[in-house]
Amino acid sequence: MTDVPFPISREAVLRRREDPSLIGHGAHGPRDIVPGAGHGETGPASKRVIVGYGFWIFLLSDIVMFSCFFAAYAVLQGATAGGPSARDIVDLPRVGIETGALLLSSFTCGLSFAATNVRNKLWTQVFLALTALLGLVFVGLELQEFIELAARGATPQRSAFLSAFYTLVGCHGLHVSIGGLWLATMMAQLQVKGFRHEIVHRLICFNLFWHALDIVWVGVFSMVYLMGAAA
Amino acid sequence: MFGKLDWSAIPITQPIPMITSVVIILVILGVLGLVAAKGWWPYLWREWITSVDHKRIGVMYGLLGVVMLIRGFADAIMMRTQQAAAIGGAQGYLEPEHYNQIFSAHGTIMIFFAAMPLVIAFMNFLVPLQLGVRDVAFPTLNSVSFWLTASGALLVNISLFVGEFARTGWLPYPPLSEGTYSPGVGVDYYLWAVQISGIGTLMTGINFVTTVLKMRCPGMSYLRMPMFTWTALASSLLIVAVFPILTATLAMLTLDRYFGFHFFTNDAGGAPMMFMNLIWAWGHPEVYILVLPAFGIFSEIFSTFSGKPLFGYRSMVAATLFICIVAMMTWLHHFFTMGAGAAVNTAFGISTSIIAVGTGVKIYNWIFTMYGGRVRMTVPMLWSMGFIFTFVIGGMTGVLLAVPPADFLTHNSMFLVAHFHNVIVGGVVFALFAGLEFWFPKAFGFRLHEGWGKAAFWFAFIGFWVTFTPLYILGLQGMTRRLQHVNIEEWRPMLLLSVVGVAILVVGAICQVIQLVVSILQRDRLRDTTGDPWDGRSLEWATPSPAPFFNFAVMPNVEGEEAYWGIKQRAIETQQLAPEPKYEAIEMPVNSPVGVYTAFFASVTGFALIWHIWWLAALALIGAYAGFVVFAWREVHEFEVPAEEVARVDRARRAAREAALARMAQAEGTAS
Repeated sequence: MTDVPFPISREAVLRRREDPSLIGHGAHGPRDIVPGAGHGETGPASKRVIVGYGFWIFLLSDIVMFSCFFAAYAVLQGATAGGPSARDIVDLPRVGIETGALLLSSFTCGLSFAATNVRNKLWTQVFLALTALLGLVFVGLELQEFIELAARGATPQRSAFLSAFYTLVGCHGLHVSIGGLWLATMMAQLQVKGFRHEIVHRLICFNLFWHALDIVWVGVFSMVYLMGAAA
Repeated sequence: MFGKLDWSAIPITQPIPMITSVVIILVILGVLGLVAAKGWWPYLWREWITSVDHKRIGVMYGLLGVVMLIRGFADAIMMRTQQAAAIGGAQGYLEPEHYNQIFSAHGTIMIFFAAMPLVIAFMNFLVPLQLGVRDVAFPTLNSVSFWLTASGALLVNISLFVGEFARTGWLPYPPLSEGTYSPGVGVDYYLWAVQISGIGTLMTGINFVTTVLKMRCPGMSYLRMPMFTWTALASSLLIVAVFPILTATLAMLTLDRYFGFHFFTNDAGGAPMMFMNLIWAWGHPEVYILVLPAFGIFSEIFSTFSGKPLFGYRSMVAATLFICIVAMMTWLHHFFTMGAGAAVNTAFGISTSIIAVGTGVKIYNWIFTMYGGRVRMTVPMLWSMGFIFTFVIGGMTGVLLAVPPADFLTHNSMFLVAHFHNVIVGGVVFALFAGLEFWFPKAFGFRLHEGWGKAAFWFAFIGFWVTFTPLYILGLQGMTRRLQHVNIEEWRPMLLLSVVGVAILVVGAICQVIQLVVSILQRDRLRDTTGDPWDGRSLEWATPSPAPFFNFAVMPNVEGEEAYWGIKQRAIETQQLAPEPKYEAIEMPVNSPVGVYTAFFASVTGFALIWHIWWLAALALIGAYAGFVVFAWREVHEFEVPAEEVARVDRARRAAREAALARMAQAEGTAS
């Protein structure tokens, strides 16, 4: 694709390009030009770098969207209109199990990618299935929480605070659910097509997505549940 | 079964939307019939609708933008004439309900469906060419982005015929836009149209950030990128940073309207002013998303037609990024009257004034680029010089509005209306026309007619000032915006003068149409044979006109600023082109219908949600998901262009360049 001279053997370059721990490093010295890393003067990056990079940018934009819901929650936290406040609706034991399930699912997700890296289909699938299962536990518990709250009259229509609460927590839950749908689709694809380039690229993106949801949940857990219980 | 939708949604009793709709439907049917009769469908489907070529997508964005620009202009004509016809005892020809829809549609269409698509059209067409690469980072996603934007535009236009549009202004301020006060489907049309096209825009932003940061040809380091590409990068960064805010804000309003949430309501603790803060945290950067690429277009034009490198290139880059960041720190000046207190208002007043410094740097750079250059007064150059004059005045009225005490007097007045038209028309629209004239040969292979272009410029320039100077004066006299009826008799002369200005603008628009028709008829005389009609300086001029779908036969190796200028000067000095490279086969992405499928399901989902047809919305979402899975399952991602084909195209280009070189040498021989 480029007519940049290859200083080292093509295989070495490819190995280097595909090694996740080296991506983004080592292209700054004149002795160590990595064609395909995409910085500076070496020509376009490899497909893998481009896909991963683009997905990072998408995740940043998604986090900006979450930050709006966080901001709205912060503004409306006290606007309970005489209804229940954060302290009244937080059930820490349940949300503790939820958090445990989600964090554990990130761990199994990481293990699935370790299996992907050595191209082991069976273990990749096993860990992806575990990830899906833990995600399901998380979403199930969240739904249970919502249903119980609604039964007590704490619906999103009750006050601005509850609107912001349901939207922030629900938006994260929606992300996890859509992630689960994606995960199921990826498992089917992997089973049928094996570790083709584009499948591995998508698995990278899925991993990034799942970990980003964890980071957002840490924010939700701290700001909504821990601070709510302490208020 | 059909939610809120029934026959009463069709506005049979209102002649203006009915006649317009019937005419539009007849035109669309006529075009479709012509296409079918001529057997163009396979060609259109293969070469355009499913195309993932960034240049084709750019042209389609441009077409969409121009059509919507005409629609928005029609709304503007109705607003100006209604105000002039409804002074004192007269009531004009538009009902208040209808007039409110028109000013809301005008703003929404002009920003979201005219200016944005046109700006993104230039980004699409130019960025890969200027970077010396063959496509954007995600070509298929690019097609999805375009079709989602088109889907939003479609929904806005459907509102003309089925139901109604919002009456709440181009930003639907609550509590007016809440279900209590706007129970109709107008605001819902707004919400879903903007939401769907906003997702398309976000995807474009992600695509272009990745393209510019990760896909440059060898040697194209950051400080060798052309100015337009820099501004496209800054604009894309802003899109990624602020469009999610728009998505979130409109989602909150949607939840309020559909499910009785209380984000922005008056009761149950809702906070209407939170909407203003959120929407302007998107809205103010949005104007820089539009105007930064416009600055990039002007930079390319000033430098090319002055025969000089851009003056202060590095300060221009710095000023662009400065504006990019400070753009996100000024939003509160849109509502100084909220009553945030003196300290907050002062802080935002200062940040607003400071952003003018970055723009000032740019203005001086453009003037110094012309200074000492051999300036050619072509049509793009006329628009650019008209821009400097217009934009400086618009900028200065903006600095005036940035002073909170002064703003309290002019808030929501016609002065404000004149100000933002002054910067958006004078900045963005002038840039779009200048850029159209400048890059038209690169897209279609022939230049536009010079004489009609000059006529269009002068009518537009004079028409603009005759339209908006009276509005400045009326604003200072106390006239507020969005008036369907005017009580004060003394304002009549200025309102009439403004209508005269609109008439001049209409003549300018007709000149543009004639220019296009004349140019197409005379295309053989206006043909650009070399691919470099203006003596250009950046890499897009190294390709033939129109550029082949793979852009570059061999990826260029950039060795300095102004990549193409260096190559060209070397060729002129040595009297020969660089030796013929070794041609290799090229991999290009295959076309994909996934964009148009996605947009189809998005349109159906949007329409179903607007009319509360829940089963249809669910069905369309399932269809969209199925479409994605089918797309993800495809086996073939790229096709190979054989080396012989690449060689054939590039040898033709080289022959044209060699002939041009010989002509140049001969001309110099006779001169000396």
